[in-house]
Amino acid sequence: MAKINIDVHHVTRVEGHGNIRVRANDGTIEEVQWQVPEAPRFFEAMVRGRSFEDIQTIVSRICGICSVTHSLAATKAVEEALGVEISEQTDILRILMHYGEQLESHSLHVGYLVAPDLLGQKSVVPLAASHPDVVKTIIKIHRLSNEWMELIGGRMTHPVTIKPGGFSKLPKEKELRDLKNRLTDIIGDLHILADVVLSLVDKLPDFKRDTEYIALKQPELYTFYHGNIASTDTPKVVDIHQFESVANEYVTPHSTAKWTKWHRESYAVGALARFNINGDLLLPEAKKTAGKFGLSKGTCNPYMNNVAQVVECVQVVEHSLELLDKLLSKGIVPEIPKVEPKAGEGVGCVEAPRGILFHRYAFNGKGECIRANICIPTNQNHANIQKDFEAIVPQILDQGQDQIRLLLEMLVRAYDPCISCSTHYLDVEFV
Amino acid sequence: MSKPRVAIFDFACCEGCQLQIVNLEEEILNLLDIIQPVEWREAMSEQSTEYDIAIIEGSITRAEDEERLKKIRERAKILIALGACATIGGVNKLKNLFPLQDVREIVYAKHADMPHLNTMATKAVDEVVKVDYKVHGCPIDKREFTYILRCLVLGEKPVVPSFPVCVECKKNGNICRFEYNEICLGPITRAGCGAKCPSNGAWCFGCRGLVDNPNVNAAKDVMDTYGKTVDDLKAKILLFNFEQEQVNG
Repeated sequence: MAKINIDVHHVTRVEGHGNIRVRANDGTIEEVQWQVPEAPRFFEAMVRGRSFEDIQTIVSRICGICSVTHSLAATKAVEEALGVEISEQTDILRILMHYGEQLESHSLHVGYLVAPDLLGQKSVVPLAASHPDVVKTIIKIHRLSNEWMELIGGRMTHPVTIKPGGFSKLPKEKELRDLKNRLTDIIGDLHILADVVLSLVDKLPDFKRDTEYIALKQPELYTFYHGNIASTDTPKVVDIHQFESVANEYVTPHSTAKWTKWHRESYAVGALARFNINGDLLLPEAKKTAGKFGLSKGTCNPYMNNVAQVVECVQVVEHSLELLDKLLSKGIVPEIPKVEPKAGEGVGCVEAPRGILFHRYAFNGKGECIRANICIPTNQNHANIQKDFEAIVPQILDQGQDQIRLLLEMLVRAYDPCISCSTHYLDVEFV
Repeated sequence: MSKPRVAIFDFACCEGCQLQIVNLEEEILNLLDIIQPVEWREAMSEQSTEYDIAIIEGSITRAEDEERLKKIRERAKILIALGACATIGGVNKLKNLFPLQDVREIVYAKHADMPHLNTMATKAVDEVVKVDYKVHGCPIDKREFTYILRCLVLGEKPVVPSFPVCVECKKNGNICRFEYNEICLGPITRAGCGAKCPSNGAWCFGCRGLVDNPNVNAAKDVMDTYGKTVDDLKAKILLFNFEQEQVNG
């Protein structure tokens, strides 16, 4: 068998920088490595000394693609630390903007980053010429999700209206009714997107590896926002305040992002993890979408994360319609958040589009941050990507260097990694 | 005329400014009529070492990043700094408030000295190489980005506001954030964002950097009027403008 030497510096069409290294000689695998050589930006160190009211502004910048998620996790933690109660209206509006980000991130990922692989293109640029209708549908969904976040958060990326205790500006009821109409309309487009992915689903490799999946769990709801930590390996849930005992972060020599493990050597988070934990709680249209793909709980093909994302696009829109009805039936009540500094510690946990996210902060009596710990979904997937690599490479070793490279890049993309979330590093050899 | 070849490179940042380019949606297709993207790792697999315009996102935090940036500078006719991390260092410069060893230990504890975890004081792009144009903001305003790019393709010099955010804020009819007992950086921050934050009920945190020749005396008068101290102001400035606040304080 030929010599295999794959050395991908900076996998393209992913957020952040990761490297793939595979070396094999005459059928013997010498090296299989998923490297994350990113220099961290040290957010946990940088927030020290900053006021509780500036934490969201700073940590939103951990990630441009999941800035709403980071903003919400941080704000929940700050509110718990300072003993701040929020209204049901605030809670619903936050869940709504969080759903906007799920749709934005998933449609970006499936549409712009993954679809080119399935349609044999190198990027969405040639795709716009070869498949204009597909691209038009993706743009329509992506635009709506951005304008949805902008309506509630004040802008598309790095929201400005989220404050401890509530919002600095509330959307108008008419704007929410317009949003509801647009969301009702977009379900048809989501089914079109799902059908496109369905027609290409056989391009996703048929690879399985028994995996531990971890996600938030809440009774009676396919949750992204509240709940406790659940694993497919155990029936018992863990309170979010004990997240460190789940993640068990550790440092490896090939990664500046920390890795994690719970019951096994690695675990996975993200859309497929949420589906494997909460799939029976999907709303009707989302359930129908999962049914089209034959997606069922217990799926352990990591490439199917892309399909789970499509299902979740429908789920978040469907649930948003319910929440908008609830909100509009009561009307929007003006509220002015008022929060006083106070010593305390709090935890915030939400599902980022790419998996469960934990923030912890402690504040002194002046409301200045004295300690922070942030555990990012992509960190939690790194070890699992490595374990997937180790399992799949022997199975595809006879497929030739280019195909192996493509399948491994697709595997990394399937996890929708957000590497700059955790760290950031650049490799000089690439230029 | 052939279309200018454009490459986008990301250094230490959240990649949210690249996302604003994606967020142009259909407008990207119009841009493709006037430019040729030859490298954009986040969105494309195509790569190139030949480009006319290099767009740099992110700040510089390692010696090898400096070398990479210098190579890009040598190859590019025009270099644009994209977003606050690139133009002023942005939130990444908060790291510079602390000794680097302390910063490493806070995040990596006993592993802090592993060589691959090394870091240096954060720099903006123009602290390493010559920058021809800056697209300000965290994130950038996507319309300002296309305006600047179109100007460059047409060989014109883009005009970026040199007046403070207060001008746009007043135009929007907002009540001054100081009236809410908040500290707002509008009086000293470069406009061009449409006063987005104050118009959404929040104070300006200065992501577009200080305006040219900020009227520090006027800012001090505002602080006095509302019973705030210069230290209060500095604590807000350093969120995005660490070091600038020392120069101008």
